[in-house]
Parts: sequence; C-alpha cells; structure tokens
Amino acid sequence: MKSPDNEKPVFKLKEVKFNGILYIKELAITEKKTTAIVGKSGSGKTTLLKLLNKLISPNSGTIYYRDTPLEAIDSVTLRREVVMMPQTPVIFEGNIRENLLIGLKFSEKKLPSDDRFMSMLQAVGLDKKLDEPAHQLSGGEKQRLALARVMLMEPLVWLLDEPSSALDKDTEDEVMQKVVDFGKRNESSIIFVTHSISMAEKYAEEIIEIENGEIVSIKQNHHE
Amino acid sequence: MNKSGIVDIELWQLMAAYAYVIVLLVIVRIMGIKREKIIVVSSIRMTLQLIIAGYVLIYLFNHPSFWFLILLFFLMEGFAINNTFKRVKVPLNRELKKIIAYSLGGGTTISLMYFLLVVIGSNTWNDPRYFIPIAGMLIGNSMTGISLGINRLIDSMRTEHDRIEGALMMGATPKTASKDIVNKAFDASILPTINSMLGMGIVFLPGMMTGQILSGTSPLIAIKYQIAIMLGILGSVAFTVLIFVHRAYKVFFNKDAQLLLPEETVTKE
Repeated sequence: MKSPDNEKPVFKLKEVKFNGILYIKELAITEKKTTAIVGKSGSGKTTLLKLLNKLISPNSGTIYYRDTPLEAIDSVTLRREVVMMPQTPVIFEGNIRENLLIGLKFSEKKLPSDDRFMSMLQAVGLDKKLDEPAHQLSGGEKQRLALARVMLMEPLVWLLDEPSSALDKDTEDEVMQKVVDFGKRNESSIIFVTHSISMAEKYAEEIIEIENGEIVSIKQNHHE
Repeated sequence: MNKSGIVDIELWQLMAAYAYVIVLLVIVRIMGIKREKIIVVSSIRMTLQLIIAGYVLIYLFNHPSFWFLILLFFLMEGFAINNTFKRVKVPLNRELKKIIAYSLGGGTTISLMYFLLVVIGSNTWNDPRYFIPIAGMLIGNSMTGISLGINRLIDSMRTEHDRIEGALMMGATPKTASKDIVNKAFDASILPTINSMLGMGIVFLPGMMTGQILSGTSPLIAIKYQIAIMLGILGSVAFTVLIFVHRAYKVFFNKDAQLLLPEETVTKE
C-alpha cells in the first residue's frame, strides 16, 4: 500500500485507529493527484477526511503531512493548506459574495476582485448575481457555491466530502470535470469521498476502497 | 403620615398586600395552573430575605464598618455566582464555573468601584447607604445578564456545531469561527437592560426611583440617581458578559483547535 517511488506522498498514515470506526494499518496518498475514497455509508470515509483535516485526532497511530506528523503541525496552519468541504455545504449569513469571501477571510488570504468571483461561479455553473442572498439557494446551488469557495482559496490539498451529492448527473459531470481541471492546473492534491464507483473511476487517478473502517483495496486508475 | 410627610405603611396595610396574593392564589387554583407552591414559597422567601436585609442595613447604617461591608459584598458576590450556576440548564464543569466566578466578580467590582469613587464621590464611597444598594443593583443585573449569556452560548455551540466546524475546516481560528456566537450571546445578555432603558420613564418608572420618590426625595434627584445607576448597570452587565464570553468560548475547543460538543466540555469534570 505504498505510492510509486518517483511520487511523493502528501499524506502517510501508520497504524491509525479512531474510536472503533477506522483502522488503517498503512496508507500513502500521492501528492498532486486526484484520489477518490469510496465505500458504503458508515464505512469511515468522512472520518478519514476529518482526520486529514485534523478536525479530529486518532486514538493511536500517526498521520504524516509531507513527512511531518500532524501533532507537530499547528491545526489552523494545516487547515489553511488542507481545506475540507463537508457533505452538507455550510452557508454563512449574507449574500453570495460574502459567502465566497469568507473562506479567504478565515484563512487570512488576499481578497480578489468581483471578476474573480464571477469566474469561479461560472466554473461551477452557478448563474447567480453576487448580491443575491445565499440562504435562498437550492441544495445543489449551495454545494456549488461551497465548491467555488474552496476553488477561490486555491489550497494545496482539497478534501471534498461527497462534493456532488446534491447535483443531477449532467451538472455533476460538468462541475466535477472543471473542479478536477482547476486542481490540476494549480498542482493541488484532490482527495474526494464518494459512494459512486463510476464517479471515482471517471475522475480519480487513485481509488482507495474502505469497508467497515479498513482499506480493502487501492487501485491506480489510468485515464487516457 | 409621619413628620417628614411620608406615608408609612401600617402593618394592616402590609397584610392587605398579602391578601392580594391570596386572591391571586385562589384564581390560579380555580384555573388549574399548578403554581400555588412557587407563589407561596417565593412570597415567604422574599419577605424573610427583606426583613433580614432591613435589620442588617439598620445595623450597618448605625455601626458603619469597612470590613463588615467587604464581608457583605463577598457574600452578595458568592450568592450571585452560586445562583448563576443554578440558573444554567446544564451542569457546568470546573473550568466554566471558574470563568463565571471571575467574570461576575471582576465585572461588577470594577463597575462598582468606578461608580462609587468617580460618580458618587470619593468621600462617601464606603458609606453603607450608597455601597450596599448600588452593589446589589449592579450584581443582581449582572447575574441575570451572565445567566442569559451562558445559556445562549451553550445552546448555540450545539445548534451551530456544523457551521463552526465548517469554518474550522477552512482554516478559521476558534476565535473567528465562534465570533458570531459570542456576539449573539453578548446581545442576549444585555438585551433586557437595553429594553428596560428604552421603556424607562415612558412605559414604567424604575423601582429605585419610585422608592426614592415614595420616601420623600425630590423627583429630580431621584432621576439623576436613576440615570447614573442605569448607566452603571449597563456598564456592569456589559463588562461582566464581555469578560465571560471572551474566555468561555475557548472551553469548547481543545488545544488542537478542534470543536467539542457541550456534552464533552461544559458538563465534563
């Protein structure tokens, strides 16, 4: 369960246990690649993402981010590089612009112009004005807004929990392709959780399958 | 009416006031609202507390003692802190109790000292006639404010859990992630004081002012005292709650900036 020698791992996990939900003996997730974590609901996929975001800590074992144990990295600093998007998108008070801005404000990054905001909305296929109230958006639109927010932050690592669960099939294809292309251009590592094997096969270069909290397979998925 | 023109309340008149409560009890019973016990208990408790307070005040006014005043102040603070613990809907852990104690103690002491030394004047600051009623009003209102703030903070940490965690996932510090909740807890705490200030003089005459006027003080002097004490109460409540919320939100996060549920924090020893 190791990545090829010429590729550096962005995360390495050794003997990681969490509350009887997850047990990972050894795992390496390759840098600058798109990795899918697949498995049935309750298999521990979201728990794994939260561990990588240091939103929770393992009971035992070590997680390394670029060869440094997570315990040695300040949580806030880590999360500004390794940004997570939850399955149920979090919408904050205010309009669409304020919701796009908030990620950059949280991570104390430079604030871009409205043109940049509009291009991100366009990338996720959200045809809305920046002044529109965000809480009035539908579930799928909120998910796309949350994706645009992460894209604006341009993190080194994206942790996306079921990023297209509220989208219909056509929109899902369009949005996921743009998200993956955007990540590739920025040389980001994208780690996304999905219950859909077909989606994993379509967009991921590496597929990690989890069952009952344990890894059952890691597949390299070569796209032509 | 006594020599100073003030109408003293005779014993039978006071009894008539109790008779009014008995009428209330009869109505409550007829309507099937099961609150007779709490009405009786609170009326008796209030009577006993005020009788004791009256004799303590008479003793203090006749035999002013700085140390006795300080002892009384600590007793008032202790009672207010303990009462705050009881008013919170969930059991509190030691850390949160400590924060409540020093917020209430610190906020009210600073406000009381400013009020007595600057507003009332340095010569009379330890006169029991000023010290005790003003301390009582500041501590009492701050106790109500901080109780509201704690309940709001704990409730919001539970209901807004996903939103706070969503902010943390993007690199927000615990302080930034809980900023809205802290602000709302502060609002909830000072709202009763603000509402009371807005209605004062139009909707109702405040208790302290009414008491002074009934005891023969000129309405103008009573109003000046009332304005000063209301500003003092606002300052004391705000100061107490500010100290509290800016310390208390940290209890809900661990050293790794991970959000803990209220069940894992405030109730855990």
